[in-house]
Amino acid sequence: MKIVNLKVNGVGRTFIARPETTLLLALREQLGLTGAKRGCAQGACGSCTVLLDGQPVVSCLVPAVTVDGSDVATVEGLADGRKLSDVQQAFLDGFATQCGFCTPGMIMSAEALLDRNPNPTRDEVNEAISGNVCRCTGYEPIVSAILDAAERRRAGANL
Amino acid sequence: MPRVNPIDTEYFKDERRTGDFTVIGKTVQRSDALGHVTGRTEFFEDRTFPDLAHVKIHRSAHHHARIDDVDVSEALRVPGVLRVITHRDVPSNWYVVLRLIGIEPNDEPVLAEDRVLYKGEPIVAVVADSEAAATEGAARVRVSYTELPAVLDVEEALAPDAPIIKQAGTNYFVYEGHHCRRLRFGDVERGFAEADHIFEWRYSSAPIEHAPTETTGCVVVPQSSGRLLIHSNTQAAFFTLDNTALILERPFSDLQVKGGTVGGGFGGKVDVMVEPLACIAATLTNRPVKFVYSREEEMQVSSPRAAERIYIKDGVMDDGRIVARKVMLYVDAGAYSRHSPYGTTKACAHLPGPYTIPNVYADCHCVYTNRTPSSAMRGFGVTIADFALESQMDRVARAIGMDPLQFRLRNAYRDGDMKAHRKIAEGTALIEVIQRAAALVGHELPEEYRALTSSTPRGDQP
Amino acid sequence: MTLLRGRGYASVNYPTGMNLGGDPSQALIHATTMGAFVISLSSVDLGQGLKTVVAQCAAETLGMPMENVIVDTADTDTGPHCMGTFASRGTHRVGNAVIMAAREARDVMLAVAADELEVDAGDLETDGTGFVRLKGSPETKIHIADITLAAHFKQGRTISGRGIFLKERNYPVPETGEMDPDSCQAHACTVAEVEVDDETGVVTVLSLHNAYEIGRALNPAMAAQQVEGGGWMGVSHAVFESTEPYYPASRDHGPVDFCEYLMPGPAEIPVQSSVILERPASNGPFGAKGIGEMTANAPIPAIANAIFDACGVRLTTMPFTPESVLRGLDALRA
Repeated sequence: MKIVNLKVNGVGRTFIARPETTLLLALREQLGLTGAKRGCAQGACGSCTVLLDGQPVVSCLVPAVTVDGSDVATVEGLADGRKLSDVQQAFLDGFATQCGFCTPGMIMSAEALLDRNPNPTRDEVNEAISGNVCRCTGYEPIVSAILDAAERRRAGANL
Repeated sequence: MPRVNPIDTEYFKDERRTGDFTVIGKTVQRSDALGHVTGRTEFFEDRTFPDLAHVKIHRSAHHHARIDDVDVSEALRVPGVLRVITHRDVPSNWYVVLRLIGIEPNDEPVLAEDRVLYKGEPIVAVVADSEAAATEGAARVRVSYTELPAVLDVEEALAPDAPIIKQAGTNYFVYEGHHCRRLRFGDVERGFAEADHIFEWRYSSAPIEHAPTETTGCVVVPQSSGRLLIHSNTQAAFFTLDNTALILERPFSDLQVKGGTVGGGFGGKVDVMVEPLACIAATLTNRPVKFVYSREEEMQVSSPRAAERIYIKDGVMDDGRIVARKVMLYVDAGAYSRHSPYGTTKACAHLPGPYTIPNVYADCHCVYTNRTPSSAMRGFGVTIADFALESQMDRVARAIGMDPLQFRLRNAYRDGDMKAHRKIAEGTALIEVIQRAAALVGHELPEEYRALTSSTPRGDQP
Repeated sequence: MTLLRGRGYASVNYPTGMNLGGDPSQALIHATTMGAFVISLSSVDLGQGLKTVVAQCAAETLGMPMENVIVDTADTDTGPHCMGTFASRGTHRVGNAVIMAAREARDVMLAVAADELEVDAGDLETDGTGFVRLKGSPETKIHIADITLAAHFKQGRTISGRGIFLKERNYPVPETGEMDPDSCQAHACTVAEVEVDDETGVVTVLSLHNAYEIGRALNPAMAAQQVEGGGWMGVSHAVFESTEPYYPASRDHGPVDFCEYLMPGPAEIPVQSSVILERPASNGPFGAKGIGEMTANAPIPAIANAIFDACGVRLTTMPFTPESVLRGLDALRA
């Protein structure tokens, strides 16, 4: 057992973690943030992707006790009130969701990409979401939405 | 980015009548998308319940075996394990989900009794305070087996000397006294005799997993009223409720299913696999209970799309008319019926494909083997048949030296044609989608084929 | 190493509704005090968008804006029976049930409005923006919020409706297979273009060109989602997927995770172009047929036929793995 302090979406949170508690289960069951999904618990579907100190991680493989003092960003923290992030808005407008189960993880992978690379190529988008499984859409609307979001972000930065 | 409207308004202009619509035919935003992109969409597992217990399963290690002994004593010693559940705890252990539409017999146990018919079959359920304890408990169950000969091939299962693996006495589902679902239309042997060419080939497939990103699962919560509330990702709320109540031998009004938001189904979430045991566990422990498949269980013990084996024999004239088609179709249902008897009939109804053929003969077999039971999946009964039928069409066209699209257009069904199951075709549009696809890729069609329409009676036309 | 290109075709149809029928779905609808209409169902949205299309069906029938329609599903205590979401039945069955319920509610809504406006209900129409108005005299109108307030607090009437769709159960003739299996059939033709690497055996699906006839695209973007998402699944089935790679020879080698169960990722998807034709079905909601399932079907044989066109190897067993392509090429050279 260990007391873990995190900054989650900018807010300080404290919880007690057992050695086997993953970051995913801590977020979902102890902090009430269920946006990140458990699709496989094997680190292979990407549905649980969150940003840990800015880096995308599959939170189902991260022991919570190892991330004391870190910054965590989840899909719940992206929107500013009712104003969606560019990635969220692009997914919405581009019909890039169907069942929605992979969407939070997919969006977090996209946010991480655009944070480090504002002008990605299609190949770079493909690589960024290569760890995120989607069974519904065929990926094309997702890739297009991420490229669209990059454009929106650049336009926003130039205002 | 707004999507390009994909509708081609040039076809069926007289029938489309769209003038008055205000929202039909319009791309309005999906009502669920905002929840999806913000993470607020609530899937069944996105609720937390105090005192939640968990179910994990001990499964068969063999394809086919007699169970000599089940020892749960070690499982019960695992800290956190609350209960073990065996077939004796299941009020009505034998079921078939399709009994709701009159399919018999009940051929599958919720938990195995004295025999297992496939590797991965559930034998004991362990309920524990945590998933880890339930997993550990399930691993500590000891089962002694005597292995029995396994049948792993559909045609071997039907051979006269095959070991009979089913209690009902046959390795196939019986359709009103027949060993298969039959289709008989015209005289197929006469058709073959008159044909200029005969072509006969074999097609097959391997099992396919639905692979929804959200695995199958439920949380059952005992209510103050004494009822059970089932939060489920089932594809069919009442179908799950009714089947679960029958297994529990409880009044249907004792159960409530809440769901409707599902992380992909594709047919994999209509089998009623988790709710009955979760209800029993919740009743025995009087606690909320979660039973959700691990990804490994979803991949290897949840029902796949059936493997099929299909033989097609065609009699074809020099001018490209198919005059006779005989299909022998075998569905590998695996160890238990689930939805396969229905899917096999659906496959039969689909034959001989979207073509008008005067002589058709088909035997569609729903065959039991010692494999993971297969069940419904997107395109149930049709997907693999289409692979076979349309591969066959390509091969025949090439063999008689005809353009593959012209060959299809020549045989395409039209309004007024009688299908092999004796329903008159209406609202057909195969000709038009072929013509439109040809245009999409610049595949030139002669004027006589471009002029064909589905609503023109066949008469003596090609 | 040579990259060989080929093109293949497949044309298919697909039945709408549970095979042989006997699969009802019901809908209930009622108005709130302030002009919203709640549709109560027990139907399940798997992500195909059922909640959205049934809301469109209700809005169109009521003549009210989408914003006024609330879909409440799937709770077996509060929603009436639905057979379930499978067999490409959701849009057709539930859509029809919702239209029937909305018609009944609309009739009451117009009757209440007629009493408020002191006109004949038969002379009223909806304008799609929330008003009921007198035909030919659009200034004589009343807003839906005022209609439902009047219904609740002045006239004491329930604006509600009940709907059900049932295709009566049919039983096949055992000897001949004579039966009435479906409500209608949707149609598709897909052209696949592939590239086969004759050294590795890898098949790359370059493009899928799809022409679908689906009765009515109630929501064109969502219909396209089905066509192209299903097209991807067809590619995946064709060249990647199996839980038993050596079926029926061996039950071993079964994948247990997404590292072993292979599906095309975003870098391996074909370019898709899709066209939708509409020949409305006489029994469909606004003519719609079900297309959710069929979209994975045509791509598979189209890809098999394209592989043959590319390299002369006829693959008759799914999936079309590199191993099977290489064995086929070896057999051709032998």
